[in-house]
Amino acid sequence: MQANKPEDFYQNVSKALAQPDLKKIIRRTTDKAEAKRAEAIANFPEFDNARSQGQKVKDHTIKYMEHYLAEFEKNALAQGTIVHWASTGEEASKIVLDICRQHKAKKVTRSKSMLGEEIGLTHAFDNSEMERIETDLAEHIIQLAGDPPSHIVWPAMHRSREDVVKLFREFHADPTYSEEITDLVRSARRDLRTKFLTSDIGISGSNFLLADSGSSCTVTNEGNAELTITPPKVHIVTAGIEKLVPSMAHAVPLLRLLTRSATGAEITQYITFHNGPKRPNDADGPQECHIVLVDNGRTKMLAEGMEEMLRCIRCGACMNHCVVYKHIGGHAYGSVYPGPMGSVLTPHLNSLEVANKQTHACTMNGRCEDVCPVNIPLPKLLRSLRAQSWQKKYEPLLNRFVVQSFAAMAKRPRLFQLLSSCGVIVMKVFSRKGWIKTMPFTSGWTRNRDLIEPESTTFMHQYKKMKKTKNGGA
Amino acid sequence: MSQKITNAGRTQSNAIECLNISEKKVGLFVTCLVNTMRPSIGFASITLLEQAGCTVEVPELQSCCGQPAFNSGDDEGTRQIAYQTIKQFENFDYVVLPSGSCAAMIKKNFIEVFKDQPQWLARAKHLASITHELLSFLVDVCHFQPNGIELDGSYTYHDSCSGYRALHVYEQPRKMLSKVKGLKHKPLNSHAECCGFGGTFCVKYSDISNAIVAEKVENVLATEADYLLGGDMGCLMNIAGKLNREGHKEIKALHTAEVLAGLAPQILGGKDAS
Repeated sequence: MQANKPEDFYQNVSKALAQPDLKKIIRRTTDKAEAKRAEAIANFPEFDNARSQGQKVKDHTIKYMEHYLAEFEKNALAQGTIVHWASTGEEASKIVLDICRQHKAKKVTRSKSMLGEEIGLTHAFDNSEMERIETDLAEHIIQLAGDPPSHIVWPAMHRSREDVVKLFREFHADPTYSEEITDLVRSARRDLRTKFLTSDIGISGSNFLLADSGSSCTVTNEGNAELTITPPKVHIVTAGIEKLVPSMAHAVPLLRLLTRSATGAEITQYITFHNGPKRPNDADGPQECHIVLVDNGRTKMLAEGMEEMLRCIRCGACMNHCVVYKHIGGHAYGSVYPGPMGSVLTPHLNSLEVANKQTHACTMNGRCEDVCPVNIPLPKLLRSLRAQSWQKKYEPLLNRFVVQSFAAMAKRPRLFQLLSSCGVIVMKVFSRKGWIKTMPFTSGWTRNRDLIEPESTTFMHQYKKMKKTKNGGA
Repeated sequence: MSQKITNAGRTQSNAIECLNISEKKVGLFVTCLVNTMRPSIGFASITLLEQAGCTVEVPELQSCCGQPAFNSGDDEGTRQIAYQTIKQFENFDYVVLPSGSCAAMIKKNFIEVFKDQPQWLARAKHLASITHELLSFLVDVCHFQPNGIELDGSYTYHDSCSGYRALHVYEQPRKMLSKVKGLKHKPLNSHAECCGFGGTFCVKYSDISNAIVAEKVENVLATEADYLLGGDMGCLMNIAGKLNREGHKEIKALHTAEVLAGLAPQILGGKDAS
């Protein structure tokens, strides 16, 4: 599946809505995620406290970003990790590929990291002489299918079990002929096991970077991050600078929020803190460790008053609860990051000119903010991006004209009342049996639903008449 | 209330005067959808507010709360509209709107566009502090309960997102509706999910909105209720419009205020409320 582009949002949406089973496929995952999260939160009465604590940790670290980055670098170096800085995604990918080439790597294993997708690492490898092996089960599936991810936690959620059966039979050396989930997982396991052990370099992302120790933390369920990192000679971490927290104690409340918000679990199977290369007495571990700290628009977000978005811990709860995401799915957004968080992030990672349509694809119902584990005011941020688009005139001209005309009327109440009365008269002309099926300039509405017939005259008209009669009568 | 207590024990004529002093002077912002599409909601609001002991005035120079401009990112347009609203309504004891989303616009969003204008910001904040959504105002501020209203059948309730999430309107309408004789509640599956209206969203992204409202309609129909009630004309127009397009005439959409004011039979009979 070819990756959609963010600038083609309208076409992407039409394509998604035309896909007959998409809604059902998405719901299969999001409904379960919603229910499990609700249960986990109900069993976690400290949730609101944890949430404001998590927010405070993030806000504090973002405020003193420079300090904590310097502290992290110092401690990572002390552990023997080599620290790299990348201001763009391209730069970050180049650093990673250069390290791999220095080690003459042929095979590279990678555990799931949305940052890796963000910086274009997957494509960079696919265009290189090296073989990229995705080790997360979902990433493994979409790699076989050639799909971009459609969700940040379940990147293969758009693929059905039947799809997976076909893919595994086609690509696995020793495939299963069963359609049972356990057998399918075993098939992937067999396929990946040898690759883990023969990989030259392991690449991971990071859920948290601890400034006071220089460690990076991965949160997974499959154990693939550990197998990606431990056997190869070299381990490379790619991480956004917003992953930073002061210490392990600060990461803990965020971990509690992350797992519950993402999958409804109290904890995942594996939470590992990686501390640099193998030390003399360690039984195993990489001989060389690199960490690539990526900016890619993040400091710009900080400068542009979008610092609240840097709190994001990538749990995916906002998209699981987003009524628009549930109908169009992740691919329509044309970005690694879909849904509400993606619509705020993509304009910064790409450009607002390219990704402003997504900021309007929101009903402002507030559910994403309601479930966000770190209180990101997503609707407010989306609206502020709309205000920027408005100032920069990225809006389609017709939309601009309609909104401006409406505002011009609404600021003149007498004119507004008069035009409302005219509107009622016109609507009456097109009404049949209490409903309007079609009328000029209302196709946005009447294409899909009927418009209720208005009463005989406006409220104001009836109200004035009533008052007159009352006063006259008295 | 304190005036009532200190004035207790005076002569009857004085007591009536005192009651008048303690009456709440309410400015009703009918909202543009109610003004053009469904005036009966405005009249129902007046009836209910008066029954709850308020003096109601409807400033004639009102227009729109400014959401279409605000949600489109037109801050200047929003300010131009908001100046009017602030001037018209700031001197009331309370400003009440029969809509969660328009009330939330004034309560939560006006301050966003006046960040750099301290004087207007102060006035916007004052207006926000006296502004209420109708159904929650009746219960939370006026402690009102409907009396002697009857309507046979069952209803399901659509909680509009702004009312539910921004203003915490949930129990209040259900509490009042429980006092309507003959009316039974049938819970709506996914009641907290948006209906797809979203103001300008429903015309800008008509097809996404359609997919969302189609699902809402499925949930509404599954309740087999006779009435779909809610507190926001926008959502009701959206869901009712989709129900009608799909040929479902068996379920009628009404604003909660219309039911509570006893106007339902008249409206269902096709007559104006005034």
